[in-house]
Amino acid sequence: MNAIKEALKTVSDLWSLMVGLKVTGKYFLEPQRTVRYPWKAVANLDTYKGHLELVGGMKDPFKPRCISCGMCALACPSNCLTVVKKKAPKPTPEEEKALAEAKANGEKVRDKTPKDPEKFLYDYTLCSLCGTCMENCPAGALRFSKNVYMAGYSRNDFQFDLVLKLRESDARAPKAEPAAPAAEKSEA
Amino acid sequence: MPAELIRILIGLVAVALSVGLIGLVMVWVERKVAGHVQRRPGPYEVGPYGLLQPLADALKLVGKQLFMPDNADPILFWLAPVLSFLPVLLLFLPLPLGDELFALDINLGLLLILAFSGLAVLSLLLGGWASNNKYGLLGAARAVAQSVAYEIPLLLSVLAVCFVAGSLNLATVVKEQGTWPWNWNIMTQPLAFLIYIVSALGETNRAPFDLPEAESELTAGFHTEYSGMGFGLFFLAEYANMVVVCSVATVLFLGGWHGPVLPGPVWFVLKVSLLMLLLVFFRWTYPRVRFDQLLNINWKWLMPLAVANLMLTAFFVKLAQYTVVK
Repeated sequence: MNAIKEALKTVSDLWSLMVGLKVTGKYFLEPQRTVRYPWKAVANLDTYKGHLELVGGMKDPFKPRCISCGMCALACPSNCLTVVKKKAPKPTPEEEKALAEAKANGEKVRDKTPKDPEKFLYDYTLCSLCGTCMENCPAGALRFSKNVYMAGYSRNDFQFDLVLKLRESDARAPKAEPAAPAAEKSEA
Repeated sequence: MPAELIRILIGLVAVALSVGLIGLVMVWVERKVAGHVQRRPGPYEVGPYGLLQPLADALKLVGKQLFMPDNADPILFWLAPVLSFLPVLLLFLPLPLGDELFALDINLGLLLILAFSGLAVLSLLLGGWASNNKYGLLGAARAVAQSVAYEIPLLLSVLAVCFVAGSLNLATVVKEQGTWPWNWNIMTQPLAFLIYIVSALGETNRAPFDLPEAESELTAGFHTEYSGMGFGLFFLAEYANMVVVCSVATVLFLGGWHGPVLPGPVWFVLKVSLLMLLLVFFRWTYPRVRFDQLLNINWKWLMPLAVANLMLTAFFVKLAQYTVVK
């Protein structure tokens, strides 16, 4: 009796073959998912993590938001970041006078040194894209770019000054948009 | 007699040409279907819709160095691909494409096809054995076990149709059938058709029964060591065998050249193409079976069913002889 039951079940299970054909037949008729790359660009890049880039400030999108604190370089496990601070501008004679006065009065003097970095050196060949620098940045001045198309002929092509890169994106981008799409174009 | 000879010669040339063409077209169809089923475009770069891709592949295969592994048997190694391809030319000869369109009118046409398609197993065995390669040998062993097993239900299912038609001549079998689908043998012999298609998949080593060349276990099975045109011939023979199998199915079950409106040969080619497309779809739909499953399907299901079908058919044919007045 059991044997007959099993045999009948096997026969009725043959229906699964039809289901399989239905699935492949449906997929056969549906539009393709492949993007024919060199002729058509990939549109969906929201989740892509490219090389590191600096985020522009609120007022001037081409001046980094970075405050040169060096937390990123400290946190980086691959030591691929070097932040070079800007030096304070040489004070004019009037300023020097005001400074001396303030010191004499015992007032606290505001440091005039600009906060944004002189250079932000980044070695992409060493970077493991872990994102620790971004997590440790108190100013939210770092992010991953969406630049899929970056390629280079030598190792030196991947050693960037991110400040320069951000400024260059100003020169190349027609409009003052967030730097991500502009940086993409500058590399392509 | 010379007229007959000339007919056969013309037929052979036509068959050789069409086998080459079929190989090219089938490679394209196979890759396109595979692509679209997996929602990829398939080949699209060479020529319009990638139509010239198989031609480029064929040129590459022809241009490649023929290479033989160390300690392989040189005679058997090179004999195997030739042996797999040669009988294929013969298999096409008795196939009737139309009322008058056939190369060889032979009253045992079906027997000829079945007998010479048996040679394909020998070539797989020789190829696998002579390569001096463990995967080749395993593939060859599988090929033999599988083909020997699946030949039996194939023969039994075909025989049931021949009982009804009363002939092994393919043209006669077609003439027994009518114009419309309900006049075809598939209506009286659906089970035989099912058994035939399944065992034909086994005979031609097509997925889901492509165990002799199971790439996930045996790299490439019996043709692991073949490169260039050695592999090309095996490949061509596989597609040609598919066409033969589908043509026989068309002749025996789907009414051959019969069909409304369109001329006979067009119907024949149309039916064969549809069957081929179905086999290609099978390949990209079903996963490969395990070897014990493969043999279980054959010995536990196809064989008893084919025997039962054959006996029932014989019974009814005999009954009809006594009762039904034609």
